[in-house]
Amino acid sequence: MSASEATRTWLVARAGGLSVRLPRRVVPVAAVLLALLVLAAVLSTAQGEYRIAPFDVVKTVLGLDTGDPNHALVVRQFRLPRIVLAALVGGALGMSGAVLQGMTRNGLAEPGILGISQGAGLAAVAFLTLAPSAPGALLQWVALLGGLFTAAAVYLLAWKDGASPVRLILVGIGVSAVATALTTYLIVLGDITDVQRALLWLTGSVYGRDWEHVKSLAIWLLVLAPAALLGARALNVQALGEPAARSLGQRVNLVRTWLVVVAVALACGAVAVAGAIAFVGLVAPHAARRLVGPSHEALLPVSALLGALLLLVADLIGRTVIAPSQLPVGIVTAVVGAPYLIYLLLRERRS
Amino acid sequence: MRAVAGAGKGRPQRVVGLACAGLAVAFLLGVSLGVGSLQIPLPEVLAGLFAPTDRLNDLILHTVRLPRMVAGLLVGASLAVAGAIMQALTRNPLASPGILGVNAGAAFAVVTAVLVLGDPPLATYALFALAGAGLAGALVYGLAAATGAAGNSPLRLALAGAVLAAFLGALTTALLLLDQNTLDQVRFWTAGSLAGRDWELLRLTAPYMLVGLALGLPLARQLTTLSLGDDVARGLGQGSAAVKLSAAAAVVLLAGGAVALAGPIGFVGLVAPHLARFLVGVDYRWVLPYSALLGAALVTVGDIGARVALRPQEIPVGVLMALLGAPFFIYLARTRVRR
Repeated sequence: MSASEATRTWLVARAGGLSVRLPRRVVPVAAVLLALLVLAAVLSTAQGEYRIAPFDVVKTVLGLDTGDPNHALVVRQFRLPRIVLAALVGGALGMSGAVLQGMTRNGLAEPGILGISQGAGLAAVAFLTLAPSAPGALLQWVALLGGLFTAAAVYLLAWKDGASPVRLILVGIGVSAVATALTTYLIVLGDITDVQRALLWLTGSVYGRDWEHVKSLAIWLLVLAPAALLGARALNVQALGEPAARSLGQRVNLVRTWLVVVAVALACGAVAVAGAIAFVGLVAPHAARRLVGPSHEALLPVSALLGALLLLVADLIGRTVIAPSQLPVGIVTAVVGAPYLIYLLLRERRS
Repeated sequence: MRAVAGAGKGRPQRVVGLACAGLAVAFLLGVSLGVGSLQIPLPEVLAGLFAPTDRLNDLILHTVRLPRMVAGLLVGASLAVAGAIMQALTRNPLASPGILGVNAGAAFAVVTAVLVLGDPPLATYALFALAGAGLAGALVYGLAAATGAAGNSPLRLALAGAVLAAFLGALTTALLLLDQNTLDQVRFWTAGSLAGRDWELLRLTAPYMLVGLALGLPLARQLTTLSLGDDVARGLGQGSAAVKLSAAAAVVLLAGGAVALAGPIGFVGLVAPHLARFLVGVDYRWVLPYSALLGAALVTVGDIGARVALRPQEIPVGVLMALLGAPFFIYLARTRVRR
């Protein structure tokens, strides 16, 4: 590759001893995704039983008067928190999936492989079926603890003179199987009404979430997203394989622990507030790789943007397709995401 | 999986090991005939087996316990062999029969059947499960072939399967969320169980599993080559498309038959092949028979436990097996995976 070609494909920023190299494509891609995200958010906010013109949505969000006193209430209190939360949850899952696929070098990896979804699911289902009258606000903390505890158990059980990705995947399978088995048993035994609520949680939904949920997840992400981005370069080195990573001087075990902690925390935060939404963490990184290539400095943010967009659109569809009833977003992510991933696979073949 | 030790043992040890595993399975099968809500001592089991009388014990033995034992044996062996083939085919340790979408397809078909027909008998469950599993498997393979996975990247077969499984799983959940009665009826089936499986159900489903075994086991040598990569396979002069197609067909028959008979039982197909590789290394001529025996043993132990643990209640075998097998599996992963 000649020097001029290099500057055409790569953006390089240097500051002091640090430098960041990004594929040039990432700028237009991120801009388009951001625009789509805003567009989807506005359309989604406008949609509902009480219709609001998209232009009035923008005005209300900016604090301008639309001449309808209901707009502020509907937009700010009812719809916006749910929509912002959907975007945050999708972003967290997308980024977490990208980190895990990079670290394990396995394209099937997603937050589920470390037992996060299953552990959080077991905790939540136990909470819903064994203590159905307990206050619902506790649910997200119970789920968070369940997810974190399970992931920690997987990591500790897999640790032996270091963190091998293969061992991590295998131990994850074992621990997840235990959690899933117990969840199934609770579902078989439980009262049918509680079981249905538990099933809804296991599917994942952003129904009825408020600004409190948004705030707790936003703070969580504000810490974790930069932490994930700091690991981007290490992920690029990991992609070369362990021997290469070692000979390049990477402290492999330290880096892997860091990456796992970040990925787990990202996914747990999302799962705690919205339930065990499947598929986003799997599909977003694959789509992102198609758009900006394998370099993780670009892959991580683009995966997050794609995850956010996917969840936002899925929620919009879930709210409109059988209105006035709603489909939980977790069902729609699979139904929308699956054909998209298939399309990607087909395109990959042609190119 | 290249990271596994223990591949260097010689042929005699493996033959002895296989014989021991066979004996262990036979012993477990004998035990499984005796236990349940009504205990039959082992001598009486043997006597009743070969010279049945009109007594209640012998009646139970022949109409309830024996078909259930055969079902456990077949389901365990089928799921394990299907899993081993999938892992060789996709070269991915995460692959399992479920990855071809068969469990998701079966569950979707069964839920639809219950939704439409109300309260169908188990045999109807089995027919729908079989049809759903077969359609989903064919669809996944067709999809993967259309994206070129039959020729090159094995990840695409696994991905196509994961995609379809997620898709069908979401549809199934949507149906269950909309209709509480259906959820109440199918939730025990979706946990996977061998309870109440009789000769009629076996006659309906066993042929698929037997044909699957007959199709899959002879592919062992080609699977070993395939598991080393397409380039190696091609370099050794092996055309891979036909092998892959018949291997996938075997998986659909095995897993489809198993899910029709017992409902979706997870764990076995994923774990039994790993256990087999821990024991005998990467040669599929050994991995497949060992997988079959280990899978049969796993399901039989699970089913014994399912009947004994909370007597007189039954725990779904799919649940108990994961609880019994997972700690052992984790132990092996810790001690045998070096890298």
